Amino acid sequence: MSVYFLCLVLFSIGLYCILRKRNLIKIIIGIIITEYAVNLFFVLIGYRMHGRAPIHAPDQEVLNMVDPLPQALVLTAIVIGLAVTALIASIAIRVYEKYGTFDITKIRKLKG
Amino acid sequence: MKEQDRGMTLIVKTITRLTVGLILLFGIYIVSHGHISPGGGFAGGVIVALSFIHIMLAFGKEVAFKTVSQKVASVFESLGALIFVTLAIVGIGYGYFFLNFLAKGEPFKLFSSGLIPLYNMAISFKVGAGLFIMFIILVMFRVTKKGEGE
Amino acid sequence: MTQHLLPLFVAIPLAAAFLNALLGKKIKRLSDLLSAVATFALAAASIYAVLLFKETGVIVYKVGGWAPPIGIAMVMDGLTCLMLVTVNVIAFLVSVYSIDYMEKYTEKWNFYCLFLLMLAGMNGVIISGDMFNLYVFLEIAAISSYALVAFGTEHEELEASFKYAVMGTLASSFILLGIVFLYSFTSTLNMADMSMELAKRGPSQIVLLVSVLFLMGFGLKSALVPFHAWLPDAHPSAPAPISAMLSGVLIKSLGVYAMIRVFFSVLGATPQVLSILMTIGTISIIVGACLALGQWDFKRLLAYSSINQIGYVILGIALGTPLGILGGLFHLLNHSVFKSLLFLNSGAVEYATGTRDLQKMGGLKEKMPVTANTSLVASMSIAGIPPFNGFWSKMIIIVACVQAGHFAHASWAVLASILTLAYFMKVQRYAFFGELKEGLSRVKEVPLFMKLSMIALAVLCVAGGLLLIPGLSGGLLNAASDAVLNGKDYGVIVFGAIK
Repeated sequence: MSVYFLCLVLFSIGLYCILRKRNLIKIIIGIIITEYAVNLFFVLIGYRMHGRAPIHAPDQEVLNMVDPLPQALVLTAIVIGLAVTALIASIAIRVYEKYGTFDITKIRKLKG
Repeated sequence: MKEQDRGMTLIVKTITRLTVGLILLFGIYIVSHGHISPGGGFAGGVIVALSFIHIMLAFGKEVAFKTVSQKVASVFESLGALIFVTLAIVGIGYGYFFLNFLAKGEPFKLFSSGLIPLYNMAISFKVGAGLFIMFIILVMFRVTKKGEGE
Repeated sequence: MTQHLLPLFVAIPLAAAFLNALLGKKIKRLSDLLSAVATFALAAASIYAVLLFKETGVIVYKVGGWAPPIGIAMVMDGLTCLMLVTVNVIAFLVSVYSIDYMEKYTEKWNFYCLFLLMLAGMNGVIISGDMFNLYVFLEIAAISSYALVAFGTEHEELEASFKYAVMGTLASSFILLGIVFLYSFTSTLNMADMSMELAKRGPSQIVLLVSVLFLMGFGLKSALVPFHAWLPDAHPSAPAPISAMLSGVLIKSLGVYAMIRVFFSVLGATPQVLSILMTIGTISIIVGACLALGQWDFKRLLAYSSINQIGYVILGIALGTPLGILGGLFHLLNHSVFKSLLFLNSGAVEYATGTRDLQKMGGLKEKMPVTANTSLVASMSIAGIPPFNGFWSKMIIIVACVQAGHFAHASWAVLASILTLAYFMKVQRYAFFGELKEGLSRVKEVPLFMKLSMIALAVLCVAGGLLLIPGLSGGLLNAASDAVLNGKDYGVIVFGAIK
């Protein structure tokens, strides 16, 4: 139960950061926190008590392993997150080049 | 500007010279053993990219571009993806998309596991070159004129 | 052997994209040729897929030879066929259009690389039969579209792209969270397996939570009204061919298609979800139409109009009756045709005159006859004037609304349809008819390839109504609406089709 609760808290922190902060970089950090809350949640769901890493090694029985599927999927999700973060960061840098500020209240060429 | 003035201090440069080969080698190890131990194309590719980023941080961009230029990196990136897609399409000829058409492997043998090592290699090209380019793009920007827009 | 068509929908654009990145810089014109050939092959393959579907029925492809639910599956049913045709035909015409239009930008090969990656992502979303693959392909398409919106790297483009990227990433997080909950509940990622498992367990709170998460995620992707704020910025800021792709097919394949697939096939469409979707659809219709009416920027007006028209699609599908679903899907197909055409028209006007402000245009009909006439066709089509295709689909949706007893929704839909006519009359009046404004006397018609693709789309607009005759379309629409209607048997159908 605590897993669910803690991930919810982390997710909410990220969401708050996206919605409330005015600095582009802080918004990006908020996105990263949100993504990682979801990833962490996914990994923790696959965990079982006293499980061992799902790696097949010589002379070891296949017993009591944690679920390997979420780990593989989260690795993919992390890679996607990396791509998104890099892209948004480079856009933010370009925005700074053009507008000379990171404050979203001053970046308002588009109306509505 | 003289050669030794660029980049960081002598200590950093010396240590880099000693370690960068090891880092690259470790990356290649991780890639090539991806199918029998933890690691694989992505992790290995990141380490390979880090070795080049290491050079760039210590010696400055001129020296780094002498080893791997941005053009070469982008060629490697596209090549990695192309190898991956081609291997997958070749599988169709043997029955299915992504089908493993090489001999199946045995556990804990380096030269086994069918196509997995090749896929790992392709991914490491893509990831290594991609991360290096990403680093260049994020680092190389210059703020030319402040507050040009507003 | 024919089933190998399915993976090619992802493999061809991926291979073409990276070939472009590798060789496009060195050999001039290669990237034009490569992308036109690749998209033409995809369009031909999608039409072949429809014919194939009529013969063989549902096809399930086992990637790597591993049978689902263990392995990754690609599924082609009626709905998939419809979406594949929509996406790939539009992509081919847009690609032809960009040959001339993109000349004014540098780094054309980068554009084609991103464009083909986006296409690969969309095709992947459509044919994927696996929850996590759906997410991965969705992200491929979304990330390339963020980059494409910022392609011009001017003030507006960057700002719009940042906004779009933040919203899109948040939407993806919600979708991934929904998938995580579903995985933890059913211990499987295959959609067919998941739907059978969920049907066995019966209704539960988790499904409700997941429904809300998916509603937020896919609602953000398809820009339904409470989640629409990014669309009017992002779609006009992109280069015109990309605006056509984004408004024409991206919000449909990532938003509407994925929503239909998840709600009807996997979760099972409950009456509560359908009524929520219907309300959201109606609100989108009204808000989109009202906001579009006040716009003076050509492309921004079209972007708001997209919100309006997506509302019709969602309203039709959420009715849940056979006629409503047929109308919704038909409107989806039609909207992608005429909205792409309108965006291409706006691009042609911008290409020739250099402005998007309707007040600065006027009398372009004499100078640009092809653009003016095709845009007239598209405007009449979107406003629902017979005999153009938009009329038939809107009529079916409204009749289905009345049949199902939702008179309020039907009357709002009719009212918004009149508003649609009003704002497209405004476009025609200010841009193409009337006095020729000074400074526009040296405007010339756009180059050949742009004309060709606009004419082709206009022909599709006129001929679109014929698709309703079952013999002509190969049962395309009926097969698609059957696939949605039989959504709760999705698992049985898919596992029955594995050879």
